[in-house]
Amino acid sequence: MTSSELRHTGLNLGGTGEISHEQAETGLFGFWVFLMSDAVIFALLFATYGVMLSATAGGPTPTAEYKIGPAFIETLLLLTSSLTFGMASITMKHDARPRGLFGWLFVTLLLGLAFLGFELHDFATMVGDGAWPMRSGYLSAFFALVPLHGLHVLFGSLWIVVMMVQLAVFGPDARVKLNILRLGLFWHFLDIVWIAIFTIVYLQGLIR
Amino acid sequence: MTDGIWSAILGRFTWTALPFVRAWETPTISEIIGAGAASVVILGAILLATLLTVYRAWRPLWSEWLTSLDHKKIGIMYVVLAFVMLARAVIEAVLMRMQQASAIDTPGFIAPDHFAQLFSTHGSIMIFFMAMPFLTGIINYVMPLQIGSRDVAFPLLNSISLWLTGGAAGLMMVSLVIGRFSTGGWSGYPPYTELAFSPDVGPDYWIWAVTLGSIGSTLTGLNFAVTIYKMRCPGMTLMRMPLFVWTSLCTSILMIFAMPPLTVATALLALDRYLGFHLFTNDLGGNMMNYANLFWLFGHPEVYILILPAFGVYSEVVSTFSSKELYGYTSLVLATMAIAVLSFTVWVHHFFTMGQNADLNAVFGIATMTIGVPTGVKIYDWIWTMFRGEVRFTVPMLYSLAFMMTFVLGGFTGILLAFPPLDYLVHNTLFLVAHFHNMLIPGLLYGMLAATHYWFPKAFGFRLNEKWGRISFSCWVVGFYLAFMPLYVLGAAGAARRTQAFFEPAFRPWLYVAGIGALILLAALATLFVQLWVSIRERDANRVAAGDPWDGRGLEWSIAAPPPEYNFAVVPSVAGRDPFFDGKRSGAAYAAPARYGDIELPRNSATGPVIGIVGAATAFGLVWHIWWLAALGTLAVIVAVIARSFVRDVHRIVPAAQVERETERWLRTVSAARAIPREIETTPANQGLAQVPA
Repeated sequence: MTSSELRHTGLNLGGTGEISHEQAETGLFGFWVFLMSDAVIFALLFATYGVMLSATAGGPTPTAEYKIGPAFIETLLLLTSSLTFGMASITMKHDARPRGLFGWLFVTLLLGLAFLGFELHDFATMVGDGAWPMRSGYLSAFFALVPLHGLHVLFGSLWIVVMMVQLAVFGPDARVKLNILRLGLFWHFLDIVWIAIFTIVYLQGLIR
Repeated sequence: MTDGIWSAILGRFTWTALPFVRAWETPTISEIIGAGAASVVILGAILLATLLTVYRAWRPLWSEWLTSLDHKKIGIMYVVLAFVMLARAVIEAVLMRMQQASAIDTPGFIAPDHFAQLFSTHGSIMIFFMAMPFLTGIINYVMPLQIGSRDVAFPLLNSISLWLTGGAAGLMMVSLVIGRFSTGGWSGYPPYTELAFSPDVGPDYWIWAVTLGSIGSTLTGLNFAVTIYKMRCPGMTLMRMPLFVWTSLCTSILMIFAMPPLTVATALLALDRYLGFHLFTNDLGGNMMNYANLFWLFGHPEVYILILPAFGVYSEVVSTFSSKELYGYTSLVLATMAIAVLSFTVWVHHFFTMGQNADLNAVFGIATMTIGVPTGVKIYDWIWTMFRGEVRFTVPMLYSLAFMMTFVLGGFTGILLAFPPLDYLVHNTLFLVAHFHNMLIPGLLYGMLAATHYWFPKAFGFRLNEKWGRISFSCWVVGFYLAFMPLYVLGAAGAARRTQAFFEPAFRPWLYVAGIGALILLAALATLFVQLWVSIRERDANRVAAGDPWDGRGLEWSIAAPPPEYNFAVVPSVAGRDPFFDGKRSGAAYAAPARYGDIELPRNSATGPVIGIVGAATAFGLVWHIWWLAALGTLAVIVAVIARSFVRDVHRIVPAAQVERETERWLRTVSAARAIPREIETTPANQGLAQVPA
């Protein structure tokens, strides 16, 4: 296999990049592995949530607390942000100028922040109803799982800001591109986790 | 008002948190021992700082070692950390044995609370800060050399892992001096470790030390797995990898998947303790069984994380010192993989007695017994490797033989424990304690000691003293049998584990024997340090600069000892499982490269030390509720990571001329060395060049 065949499909490093294609391949593979271990963390929190679902201790129940409207809007926001990040990746591969990339990243950031805003509002409503994590085992499990995803989105947003700054400082060099590709994996991963949260936590909670 | 200011600055620290103050107020032997341990930590730190200052070693230590991204130096630092922690945990074990031997119908000399801290720190340290750093260090040093790579896939991440582990180990040491440690054992079971029963700082020390360590280990696993998958030299197909690389790969995969459950368990326990969640509490719907499942989802694969690297070491050692190809390579690979997979299917056997139904217990009991099969395959493979070989009883080989005998014995008692009805009888007794020491001492410690003796000449360029090695070996083996065989008897007779005082006079002789065994193990530890001292003093007589003291088989022996920082002047390419051994026979070894090129290496970085030290400070702030420190530390870690991502000048070039000069010098050393036959390999005649039989 020659090195040209190793080229990563999502990456246009150019002929004389400072990072070889093999290095990029390794760097990206490492991030996949990291996501796998992060997925284990979420899987275990989902399992814990499932076990604790009935442990309401006479307090608020899922049916009473979850609102399908905001959860649906959050889903739309996050799914759209995945689309816009996809646009960012395509722009990065095919457009040498950083402006389009910069723009798509910015839109993704706004959607991510909007998602966080809605989610925080959800949490505030729940806490206002007396559904705080100290109330029952079920609510503890909920607040261990869902805000952890939110925390990931927050870190992802911070990462987008950092990459936008690096784009401005360094331009789209090989390292910036590689990191944006990793960030893309992270962002899509959060989308997948959210789909699981929407299905297992919100939908399942509402149809009970 | 001033109280408010002090508690804002110092959290919940009070003067009685210092063991010296406690010993002054209530001068019992137990408190004085506590204060003595704290003084050892402080005096040790002062002594180290003084020595570094006197020898002007601060700057070289920082620039040559602490900030280094060289996998070899990081590996050595891991092993040094493991030895320091081993010393502390062995001393604690001896204290516990002395207490039990002296506390039959009397209270003994260590108070119950102090005793509980001793078994909690002993277990936590041995697993997280002795065993894990030890095997991580050995893999770090050896694996990249064996696959013909210049470094691991992510050198900076490697340094960060080291420093997270080091920071966590530092937190363990600090807990000796400030405050107290958990009394909840190494597994930290709630609800006992919840605020309702343990409101002090102890469990918090445990939570944050283990959390930092587990994050470090997850990143290590990731790093090693990617290195093995992506950084092998040309020709090194998966089925040509040395067996140690295979076991390292399986251990890495286990780390990636099994460390997150531990992180989740400790993080959720922290949520309970810090924010009043009810995940594992007794009230409001909390359920500690969640913790038991999470912890052992980590805990059982962890057993194989610890044991598999040692299996790899034995495979290398037995093959080398029998001068034979490893028997049943394919079956060993398959057995390793089988063990790695099965290790995720047995975790319930750690709590057969905690209320699930008999059918479920039966399933997990059978799964547990199944693991005995691939393990048995391995033992037979090693025996067949020795069969009709020219077996040389060097120190690593002695450890391997002691392992095979002892480990099989432990395996038998494991099969007993895997049988749920029998487990009900001996659960939570010293029988269990005897069993897991019977697995981990041969299955981890002997393996790592064999590895140290085997690869030490490669790492430092001179052999370890053979005589002291044998003395130490004898002490480890005799001490082990005396210390732990009596515990089987005691456990079968109903002696509960973690007991501070006994009330059954019939236990006395067994406890005495176990106590003597513990003292011999202490002697074993001491002789290891004597051996190191003697070996360093005699180093000039025992140099093996040519690099191949044992007629080795893999690529790691094909370079100088100690290896150059870039490992290989030219990336090797291989055509078989024992490339260097075959190369020596075909005359292809020690060939000068046709052409030299510039070599790119990672530049040193302070990111690792900064993240580790600040991380430990953050953890300390969390333990003592010093919120400003915790917040500042978290922020500092984030800033450090972002700042590092802006650093572009991360590589340096070793010029081709320098590589050529160093390689030529080494090749001259090789041609000047006298090739020796195997019979005299443990004498000063061994200069690291093996005589190849015609």
